[in-house]
Amino acid sequence: MRLVIVAGTPSSGKTSVMIHTIAHLLKNGISVAACKIDCLQTSDDERYRRLNIPVAVGLSDYICPDHFYVANLEEIERWAEEQAVEVLVLETAGLCHRCAPAVYGCLSICVIDNLIGIETPKKVGPMLSTADIVVITKGDIVSQAEREVFRHKVEIVNPHAMVLDFNGLTGKGSLRLKNEIVKSKELDSITGKELKYPMPAAICSYCAGETIVGKTYQMGNVKKVDFGRVDQCLEK
Amino acid sequence: MLGKISIIGGLDKDGNPEKVQRLDIAAGEVLAVVGPTGSGKTQLISDIEQYADGETLTGRTILIDEQPMDQGSEDKELRHLVAEVSQNMNFVIDMSIEEFLLMHAQVRAINNPQKTIQKVLTISNELSGEPVFPTDNLTRLSGGQSRALMVADVATISNAPVVLIDEIENAGIDRLKALKILTGQGKIVLLVSHDPTLILMARQRVIMKNGGMDKLYQTTVEEKKILEGLIGQEKHFASLRDHLRSGKRIGMKNENKEEWYRGQSFGTLSAEYQQIPGGNAQGARSEDAGETRDRDSN
Ligand SMILES: Nc1nc2c(ncn2[C@@H]2O[C@H](COP(=O)(O)OP(=O)(O)OP(=O)(O)O)[C@@H](O)[C@H]2O)c(=O)[nH]1
Ligand SMILES: Nc1ncnc2c1ncn2[C@@H]1O[C@H](COP(=O)(O)OP(=O)(O)OP(=O)(O)O)[C@@H](O)[C@H]1O
Ligand SMILES: [Mg+2]
Ligand SMILES: [Mg+2]
Repeated sequence: MRLVIVAGTPSSGKTSVMIHTIAHLLKNGISVAACKIDCLQTSDDERYRRLNIPVAVGLSDYICPDHFYVANLEEIERWAEEQAVEVLVLETAGLCHRCAPAVYGCLSICVIDNLIGIETPKKVGPMLSTADIVVITKGDIVSQAEREVFRHKVEIVNPHAMVLDFNGLTGKGSLRLKNEIVKSKELDSITGKELKYPMPAAICSYCAGETIVGKTYQMGNVKKVDFGRVDQCLEK
Repeated sequence: MLGKISIIGGLDKDGNPEKVQRLDIAAGEVLAVVGPTGSGKTQLISDIEQYADGETLTGRTILIDEQPMDQGSEDKELRHLVAEVSQNMNFVIDMSIEEFLLMHAQVRAINNPQKTIQKVLTISNELSGEPVFPTDNLTRLSGGQSRALMVADVATISNAPVVLIDEIENAGIDRLKALKILTGQGKIVLLVSHDPTLILMARQRVIMKNGGMDKLYQTTVEEKKILEGLIGQEKHFASLRDHLRSGKRIGMKNENKEEWYRGQSFGTLSAEYQQIPGGNAQGARSEDAGETRDRDSN
């Protein structure tokens, strides 16, 4: 089985991109299952289900969705194997730009759109820099010039990835993405594979459900703002 | 240097082979893409943009100088082969024109960016009515000004050998001049259009029907004559518009020498009009015709 991990900023077009791409895989006789990891709710499962493929949803609820995602990778893999599919598409929520879901041995795709602003690729950080393929959507509504500048900014953050222009509405670009998935290596087992980028070590009282503001309510790994640095800047 | 691109026909919406099985466009030439709504014009443009290799919806193949595109290659030169201007595009970056063009020029490794930016602005202002300034914010431009700047940028900074244009006639820029600027540089231009003047300016036109390329016509000598007439009409139209917009009156007789303009049957510009004091400056501007943007709209 091939495991395709799809991350990206909210509403960048992850589901649209994958639906077009999965349709091409199915046309080539390749069986696919899709799984969506989100926090509170999603309707992506309905959209995937329209392709008549097995679909699963995992909602992290009160837990950080990225940690929830890693903690469930084995279970998700097992589910997909039960469905006896050749490709598993795993769409993640990608809410916190601090984490990246990419795992060695899987094909990781980062979907970002031309509307998020040319300085944003820098902020997206590891999710973008660890991707094997960067898909850029919504080029149909911005100028050619902005597309070229945006792509350049993406390539600065991730010089190794293949960068693909994609129109999530028409599916332009889906053939190339399908071909890349077909070319990618099969995964023997996710167990023992390594995250490309470590997730933050931030276990504090708020992670555990604390809701009151104030020092006495804080425990665990708590980091404070360094105002000294800010003041120095102001003095200059 | 790119010599030509070729489209090898695929299937129409019913899965029948397209009537036109091969179509070549050489450097410096315009192909007009015409046909009713939903006939597949945008799809044809999209096939070229993604260098279709038999696997898109239409089954077409695009050849570049007789070679199919190697889909795997990430050749930076090939990536900059195609530039596009369409009716749906807008500037979304919150930045001054100058700052952004400088950034774009740097991305494209242009040697003398300041000079290039000047050139972009000059072209842009020739194409649209109300001039823009380097310090204007991109997102504050009107629809026509944006489209004019996009064309100027595609011609100067993007400088791709293939330009795809999807229905810019409604954008309110001097579209005839825009086309001249683009083809003047030896570019291959594909033009989706419903506008007879633009269609006849192309050397050939493909007629789309039911998703397929149905007919391919070369523009005849007779059609070129008709085109001249159309351009004359447009100039006349534009001069009337300029008169009205600049607060002048229009009448059948040149009664008030300062203000009144003698109405003219379509065809050539009246010599009398050229002599109207104050009309000259406006008349000279409108020589290039086609400008449709309402200057007072913002
Ligand atoms: N114009 C345009 N719209 C697009 C494109 N790709 C996606 N969209 C639209 O963007 C919106 C969000 O797309 P989705 O596919 O739901 O995005 P997503 O990343 O899966 O969203 P979440 O899973 O909710 O984070 C939808 O309305 C799409 O139709 C594109 O290339 N161009
Ligand atoms: N050869 C084809 N086979 C299958 N579907 C096609 C084919 N050509 C076009 N289509 C589909 O038909 C629809 C309409 O095509 P398209 O948007 O290109 O029309 P258009 O001529 O640009 O229309 P408009 O003038 O309204 O912009 C699209 O969904 C397109 O993908
Ligand atoms: Mg989604
Ligand atoms: Mg169209």
